[in-house]
Amino acid sequence: MKILVAVKQVAALDEDFEIRGDGRDVEAEFLLRDLNEWDDFSLEEAMRIKEASSAIPVEVVVVSIGPEEADETLRKCLAKGADRAIRVWDDAIENSDPIAIARVIAAVARREAPELLFAGTQSSDHAFAATGIATAALLDWPHAAVLTQLTYTPGARTARFRRELEGGLLHEMETDLPAVLTIQLGINTPRYASLRAIKQAAAKPIDVLSLADLSVPASAVGEAGSLSRVRRMYVPEKGRAQMIEGSVEEQARRVVEIIREAAGGAA
Amino acid sequence: MSGVLIIAEHRRGELRPGTLELVTAAQGARRGTDKVAVALIAESPETLIAAASVAGVDEIVTVKVPAREFDPDIIEAAAKALIEARQPSLALLPHSIDAFGYAAALAAKTGCGFASDVFRFEYLDDRLVATRGGYGQKVNIEVDFPGKAVVLLAVRGGAYKPPEGTASPAVSSFKAPAVKSRVRSIEFIEPPAGDDVDMTTAEFILSIGRGIGEEANVQKFRELADKLGATLGCSRPIADAGWLPKSRQVGQSGKTASACKLYIAMGISGAIQHLAGMKHVSTIIAINSDAAASIFSIARYGVVADIFEMADALEEQYQ
Repeated sequence: MKILVAVKQVAALDEDFEIRGDGRDVEAEFLLRDLNEWDDFSLEEAMRIKEASSAIPVEVVVVSIGPEEADETLRKCLAKGADRAIRVWDDAIENSDPIAIARVIAAVARREAPELLFAGTQSSDHAFAATGIATAALLDWPHAAVLTQLTYTPGARTARFRRELEGGLLHEMETDLPAVLTIQLGINTPRYASLRAIKQAAAKPIDVLSLADLSVPASAVGEAGSLSRVRRMYVPEKGRAQMIEGSVEEQARRVVEIIREAAGGAA
Repeated sequence: MSGVLIIAEHRRGELRPGTLELVTAAQGARRGTDKVAVALIAESPETLIAAASVAGVDEIVTVKVPAREFDPDIIEAAAKALIEARQPSLALLPHSIDAFGYAAALAAKTGCGFASDVFRFEYLDDRLVATRGGYGQKVNIEVDFPGKAVVLLAVRGGAYKPPEGTASPAVSSFKAPAVKSRVRSIEFIEPPAGDDVDMTTAEFILSIGRGIGEEANVQKFRELADKLGATLGCSRPIADAGWLPKSRQVGQSGKTASACKLYIAMGISGAIQHLAGMKHVSTIIAINSDAAASIFSIARYGVVADIFEMADALEEQYQ
């Protein structure tokens, strides 16, 4: 039994940053990269299924679409216990939207044929909440999003889960397999990798594939394969917060005034 | 290719509020004689007609499907058939949890233009331009859809106000293709009550986030909240870690703090779901050591300070 976990190396902005000359992204040198927080939970969920299964061996394979620097993220996943890692890259993938990325992940899923494909509910950088579910559509697999609980026994033909709705309401559902499930924060508690595991992961191979290896035409990715195109990126006008300056005591005094004014009978 | 098609969202027999916000959003996208239609894809769509008949709606399209609650396969197939038959220039749905489960699939299958979590859109020289956030809402990103005759947008909740007033739109029906459902609804489970606190009625909430660092520090802020007469709440990471019960979590996926008038956010940087869930509060005071925290974008007052020092100073000042 196999679980494919799609992970993304996300980017956060450094304290000071500059928009690129073409105005369509931030200069790469100001981006701090890490494993998407949601994906840490998806990987953990896969590891839990693997470790709980005694009769049927479970293989956990992580896949990421990105240039060589994404290897760092994949190594983190290997250190946490993933059996194998696949990275797909080709310069043509540059400027892909989530749907174009999904075309590549779908091609990997066809090759790997897992019973379950996990993805994060969204990514912390661009938060489309789209890649996993678009992948399911391209594979024509059943899918569900925002899972906070999953019950699956390797060998079973269905999986039961709860998705978390607005206001904390939960919706219990059941899906046929293979399926794509997107995982919400809090479904489990992701582990930390031990120093020993980190060292061992450094020596594990990462399978690097090109678009040609997956028979994905260049026209299916990049701007040509995307459903949207970035026109412009800019720093919005500062929010409307009125900043309270001064020493901590002065700030606190003003906050207390505001509490008394605003709360009135409520406080 | 013309007109705006809104795909309504409903749950447990009621229209979800995000749907009506889309009616307002659609008005700015009318070009020429464009009509705004609302599609009700439901087991008993006729029961939702009255709620969807708000000012700005020209037509209601009922689509009867064999699914009482959200079913990704069924709504996706019905919406796809509807978009292909009507070819609207713009299709809108709320960027909601249900939409997380099918919007991108609908886009991938129809090949239409697509962007999610959009909070603004307009036609510039006859080309649709949509704006969304990026890098944790620290930048805005304008996207366009070259060569796409139909564009699907999932619009952020709260970005538009629902219209006031009602209308008497024309009602038509559409026959959805029959599909096999592979994901089945079993039941809804109400969130656990947790402790005796009801965040939905609290008028004054003091919330804590990741900035408190460790569980042992919860007590300090509990005492501060007590002293100020506030109800102690928290952001998602605190509830996920089990430091406070889930019933104390506020924001989009937590309790809806609908009665809240005064909100103090301490050590909460402001994930998008938290911001979306709290922006209705009239007075928000954000206290954070990071001057670049997203929470300052929705707060009325901002304080850049160490939250522990600030907690001590507030305790001292509030006599």
